Parts: sequence; C-alpha cells; structure tokens
Amino acid sequence: MTDAGYDEWLDAVGDGEGYYLECPNGHGSLPPRRVCPHCGSTELDHTDLSATGTIETFTICYVGGPDFTDEEPYATAIADFGNVRLTGVVRGSDPENVTVGMPVEAGVGTNRTTDEDLLILRVR
Amino acid sequence: MTGVRVAGVGLTHFGRHPERTGRDLFGEAALTAREESGVPPEDIESINYGNFMGALAERQGHQAPLMAEMAGLQCPATRYEEACASAGVAVREAVRTVRSGEADVMLAGGCERMTNLSTADVTEGLATAADELYEIRAGMTFPGAYALMERAYFEGFGGSREDLAHIAVKNHDNALPNEYAQFHRAITVDEVLDAPMVSDPVGLLDACPVTDGASALVLVSDEYAEAEGLDAPVSITGSGQGGDNLALHDREHLAVTPATERAAAEAYDDAGCSADDVDVVEVHDCFTIAEVLAVEGLGFYENGDGVGAARRGETTATGELPVNLSGGLKAKGHPVGATGGSQIAEMTRLLRGDHPNSDYVEDATLGVTHNAGGTVASAVVHVLEVDR
Repeated sequence: MTDAGYDEWLDAVGDGEGYYLECPNGHGSLPPRRVCPHCGSTELDHTDLSATGTIETFTICYVGGPDFTDEEPYATAIADFGNVRLTGVVRGSDPENVTVGMPVEAGVGTNRTTDEDLLILRVR
Repeated sequence: MTGVRVAGVGLTHFGRHPERTGRDLFGEAALTAREESGVPPEDIESINYGNFMGALAERQGHQAPLMAEMAGLQCPATRYEEACASAGVAVREAVRTVRSGEADVMLAGGCERMTNLSTADVTEGLATAADELYEIRAGMTFPGAYALMERAYFEGFGGSREDLAHIAVKNHDNALPNEYAQFHRAITVDEVLDAPMVSDPVGLLDACPVTDGASALVLVSDEYAEAEGLDAPVSITGSGQGGDNLALHDREHLAVTPATERAAAEAYDDAGCSADDVDVVEVHDCFTIAEVLAVEGLGFYENGDGVGAARRGETTATGELPVNLSGGLKAKGHPVGATGGSQIAEMTRLLRGDHPNSDYVEDATLGVTHNAGGTVASAVVHVLEVDR
C-alpha cells in the first residue's frame, strides 16, 4: 500500500532528513495535509524536524493487534519534538526501561510481523 | 420547537451471545422499546441506527435497512458511525429531527457484536477508531491509547492506579443488581491492581470487556405524546456534540478532552442548565481513566481533581453525584455501537424510578449522559429531565 505524502515523509525521516509541516501561525503537523489541522491555514511549509525529541507519555503494550504479534511486548510512545509530536514504537531500550523524559530520535524500522516500514523512536 | 420524550426503551443483556447475530440482538431491543412505548409501528417514521465495526465483525455492511426489517418496520433507516459514540450521534440526530418538526416518532439506538472475534481481531477492529497512519501503524491499540492518556494524566495532574481502581470497584458494585449488565461480580482494589497488564498502566480490570448487545429508544414529540396519552415522563432537553483532532499527538494536552467540554457546553446551554444542576450521570468509562477525563470534561471537577472522586466516595451510589449507576461500560459492558443508546435507556430508567438503582437517586430530576468516540475525538452529551 502506498500513501502519497506519508511515504515520502517516512522515507525522509529514514534518510535523516525528517521534516514537519508548519503554518504561518506556527502550528506543526505531519503530512499528508492540505490544511493546518489546528487553524485551517493552507500555507504549509516544510520545516526541519528537530534531531531529538523527548518522550512525553508511553505505554507498554502486551496485547497488540494481528500486525504486532511478533513485537509484544513493545513500547509505543508520544514524543515531543518541539513544534510537533510523533507517535512511534520505541526501539533501543527494553520496554520496561522506557521513561517519561527520555530523549529519542525519529527513525524508520521494520515491523517484525508485517515487514513493513514503521516510525520508530530510538532511545539516544 | 417541540420537546422530545423517551416513550420506550429496549436493551438486550450485555455480554457474550455466541449463538446470536447482531440482527437478532437489535431486533430484541427494538421490539422491547416498541412494546414499552405503546406506539403503533406505522407511526415510527425513521430509524437512526448506530454501529461501528459490523463490516469487520459480521461481514455485514448496509445494516440499517436490515435492522428496520428485524424491528418489523418499513421506514427509512440510516446507520450512524462515530466509533464508540455511534449510538450517541444516532440518538442526537433523532432528537434534532423530532425537534425540527420533520418527524413525530423516531426509533434510535445501536448494536455491536464483538465476542465472535479473537482478541487480536477485536483489538485491531477497535484500533481503527484511531489514526491509521500515525497511530495504528505505531502499534497503538485502544487500551494503549488510553494508557498513553493515563500516564500523561498522572504526569500532568497526579493521581495513581489505586485511585483509578476505586472507579472499577464502584462500577462493578453498581452493576450487581442490573439485569442487563455483563458482570455481576464485585471486585476489590487489590484485584484491580494485581490484574495482568494489557497496556501498561492499563490493567485488565481497568478495561471494559468485549461485549455483544443492542439498545433502542422510541423518541416522540411532546405533541404526539400528549395526543396519544403516552406515559413518557422523561424528556431529552439538551443535546451537544464536540470534536477534536483524531490523533492524540495533535491535541494540545494529552489528558484533557475538549470534545467533551464542547459537547457539554452545548448540551447544558440547550437545556438551560449547568453542571451544578446535574443529579446523576452516565459517562463513557471504557477505561477507568476515561471516567476521570469525562467527569472533568463535563465540568464536575477541575483537571486533576476527578481522579480521586470515587475513592473519596463522591461518585459512588451513595455519593453526592452518582456516576455510572448502571455499572458503566466497565461493568455493564461496551458493545461499542450500542453504548450511547444504552446510556440514555439506563438514565431514563433511573429517572423514571424503575431501575434497580433508582432508590439512590429518588429525588433526581436531571441526568446527563456522555458518549465518547475513540480517544474522545468525538463526544456526545445529552441532558435528560423527568416530570416530578
């Protein structure tokens, strides 16, 4: 399955050239977008994604869907990258060792169940 | 603008019905509501039907006309889908239709069949209420999403899993006498805390069960009720709906639910009441933390104060503001597409005095129901009042 806008963004993150969309009012969001999800502005520019984010909240998932059975248990986190947040699977740490405030960087990994690319938050 | 009265309610038992299909469940609820209302079938002008994942669970799309058939009605029928708030929006649109004068009699409700799926498949089905690109692909499940909100709540406002365990204990206690409830088993705080983790910090007993069930309401205009001499003392006097960004990470705060605040503000304004006037409430407690987010979003508590409400005894059956006297989603069960209608049916019974827990609120005149979709990207609030 291809997803115009999202796939390009994920590839960019994987190449270390991550970006987000920023509107003139300073709101951040992720592609694909035609308008800012916060104010409706149609002027969206690519802005470099911060190299480092901070885990704001996380969960250790023991019961996933069929696409994640080979990952269990796994940590999914929401990380603050300044003007935008990312939701991803945490890698580079045992799920039990993940903490709020932990620094992470965005990257691309492989879902062990489906072999598809997924956004990961790698512990620094 | 006419008022809207609840002329009849119908519920199936909420629980596991491996031998029955969704159509059979909804047929039972609809016929019960019809019989209780005393409304002749030819007077029902339209059906608003809530369902979320029937296409996945039963390979059945286009359910609304099927459900009209099962209800013995030949009238237009439309499915409303808003994840776990599907029946809430179905009822809301029926209320708006009656108020507008377009119809005098509507049947509204919903149904979900879920226990026929494996745990992995039902987890995947429910997860589709989240954002597919940003959340589902990152392994977010429905319990996982609420776990993210729960941890963010603890970080931002304080509170503990033990506080939340009191909510589960309370709602199981409330379900004990409710004949429609999935669970008739009291639990303890220690049992909640010791239960296996589903998605840390959400444990198995913090979560609502997987449930089959259906709900139905016959809603009529004031004029129709009076002309037909119906015994329908409960009115829906306020209705509101709020929305929010679908993905959690796009919200300003991960443990505040503005969709509920918006829905409540609209519903209170519509009914001409405030949070202070509410005597009893049914909220969307799909997880224990969800009840906290709801009672804060509805304006009963400041952010950070709702988490201890059950522990302090304020929201128990004998407390100042009983919350989820039905048992809530937690113990009554959560057939997602039926839940919003079920909450209004339960509130109607509570206010009329024929609910097994009505004695706890015998002087109550005003109740509120709160039905949320996904991680509260949508919320529907209704105000119900009873003639005393």
